Amino acid sequence: MAEEIIQIKDLKVHYPIRSGFWNRITDYVRAVDGVSLSIKEGETYGLIGESGSGKSTTGKAIVGVEKVTSGQILYKGVDITKASNRRKLNYNKDVQMIFQDSMSSLNPRKRIEDIIAEPIRNFENLTTDEERKRVQELLDIVGMPSDAIYKFPHEFSGGQRQRIGVARAVATNPKLIVADEPTSALDLSVQAQVLNFMKHIQQQYNIAYLFISHDLGVVKHMSEDIAIMHRGRFVEIGKREQIYKNPMHIYTKRLLSAIPVVDVENREAHKAERQRVEKEFLENQDKWYDKDGRVLPLKKVSDRHFVALPEDLIQEELKEDE
Amino acid sequence: MEKQSDLLLDIEHLHTAYRLQGKFYDAADDVNLTLKRDEILAIVGESGCGKSTIASSIIGLYDHKNTRVTGDILYNELNLVGLNESLFNQIRGNKIGMIFQDPLASLNPLMRVGDQVAETLYYHTDMNEKQRHDRVIELFNQVGMPRPEEMFNMYPHELSGGLRQRVVIAIAIACKPEIIIADEPTTALDVTIQAQILDLLEDIQKETHSGIIMITHDLGVVAETADQVAVMYAGQIVEKSDVKTVFEHPLHPYTRSLLNSMPQSDDETEDLHVIQGTVPSLKNMPREGDRFAARIPWIPASAHEEEPKIHEVEPGHFVRCTCWQDFHFEQESSK
Repeated sequence: MAEEIIQIKDLKVHYPIRSGFWNRITDYVRAVDGVSLSIKEGETYGLIGESGSGKSTTGKAIVGVEKVTSGQILYKGVDITKASNRRKLNYNKDVQMIFQDSMSSLNPRKRIEDIIAEPIRNFENLTTDEERKRVQELLDIVGMPSDAIYKFPHEFSGGQRQRIGVARAVATNPKLIVADEPTSALDLSVQAQVLNFMKHIQQQYNIAYLFISHDLGVVKHMSEDIAIMHRGRFVEIGKREQIYKNPMHIYTKRLLSAIPVVDVENREAHKAERQRVEKEFLENQDKWYDKDGRVLPLKKVSDRHFVALPEDLIQEELKEDE
Repeated sequence: MEKQSDLLLDIEHLHTAYRLQGKFYDAADDVNLTLKRDEILAIVGESGCGKSTIASSIIGLYDHKNTRVTGDILYNELNLVGLNESLFNQIRGNKIGMIFQDPLASLNPLMRVGDQVAETLYYHTDMNEKQRHDRVIELFNQVGMPRPEEMFNMYPHELSGGLRQRVVIAIAIACKPEIIIADEPTTALDVTIQAQILDLLEDIQKETHSGIIMITHDLGVVAETADQVAVMYAGQIVEKSDVKTVFEHPLHPYTRSLLNSMPQSDDETEDLHVIQGTVPSLKNMPREGDRFAARIPWIPASAHEEEPKIHEVEPGHFVRCTCWQDFHFEQESSK
């Protein structure tokens, strides 16, 4: 069994809302509101949610660019929400990030060599020759030609730029990469390329991914464990099969039924099913959420399957499945 | 109903070329399409394949100095190619509605959304202000906006992405157009909102009997909504048929490769199918022979036609080139 590389306990990120004459804090936006998860070495944890669900904020908090309101992020048993602990553990070297928009995450005035070498320069003392060799290796890993190091980001296509982003993320031999929508700006065939590279790198270097996406098909392809996020909290977590074959929370069902299916024969039936779920979701809000519209606490269903529902509804769902 | 009047748009031999450093390059190359009433025609392809070029050619929104459009786009006997601007202004927004990809970019940030819808009515109808206001409220109801009276006075930034796209749709359908062109209408939206918007478009179509041209790169969206599908690669249509045939019996190597690269398989250990090479840029596009040949190098050159033409393989099913007869995926050949 692979070891847990990072553990997140009851993570909260709240943004204050200021208003009134004194500009006092009157309320909070609960972007992330009590989220717990753990990622194992060399495995991929998929985080699904719609825009505004707090999935990116969770990712940023893990990398350490978002201030955590409360909760713990344990890396090697030490809470790294404190910056001094991050430095001690070399956390900033071991955890890297791949961004969604490769155009805005690569400095347009820097050559590829400098872009990829930047994290290496930050953490390692290499001579110029060694550094260049390392950059070449990295480009090789993501299947880019060696003359790429002299070029600028704008000279590449979207898929190539995203691969450069992947190369930069693996430059420091990280243990965990937070990938925030790495392929949502890419075309289908290019997406396939980038996902394949990410998988190969994972197998080669035993890297864990936190794979954040709104695309359920991609997450299904990439990750073993999946969490569905809504309104800053998890509504359901479980293994891939549990989430896709036996979704229990209405929100999960709603998301799954909304994915367009390549099945022309049954598209009317699929549409009817989608509208039925949507109707149920809208009509029975208080059944699925508490009176403030917040997601209920997670309850255990089976070994690795948790869902945010009251006990009686879980029993009902289980009965239906039989 | 008469059969002839069902035909809304007839595009024949459309060539749209952009000027790059003094030379014209065809971004849409010999495109033939028809759009009928009550039909959703999907144009699918990756970025740079020319699908949006077709849309901008139809509604005449291109840089006239640096774009050359030839061929015919016939709308009710009227050729839209080279139509003068004042005539075009009567058609655009009135008979042909357009929905753009990014609702935040296509709405005016300084204007209340209700006024933006009313603006279309101001130019194309002779309603007075009161009538326009009532019609906007009616439209907001039709596109499923909650509290339409309140929404009328809001600014785009106050609305969510889904509501913004509904406003854009309200503008597009304000004058009950016969043709709606939707250029990636749901790409910027979440899946649940996407489903709602697609349902809305279908409902509107049922009501108004318009023809919709849906431009998208999402094969799932195509499978869910389209009646007819045209697959484009490098400026050319490579396969064209009804939606069922395209998804169940695709013939052209590009269509088959694209369908294969969708992450849908249950076996996660398997690599996704990758199409070798990259989409050629406009300047480097091969102008002779099969444009897709470079990306399936294991297929012998003799399988391709010298000048690939589009053939009617079965009634209503068009495929470019003959290479599909010899096509197999690379892995299959090594086995």
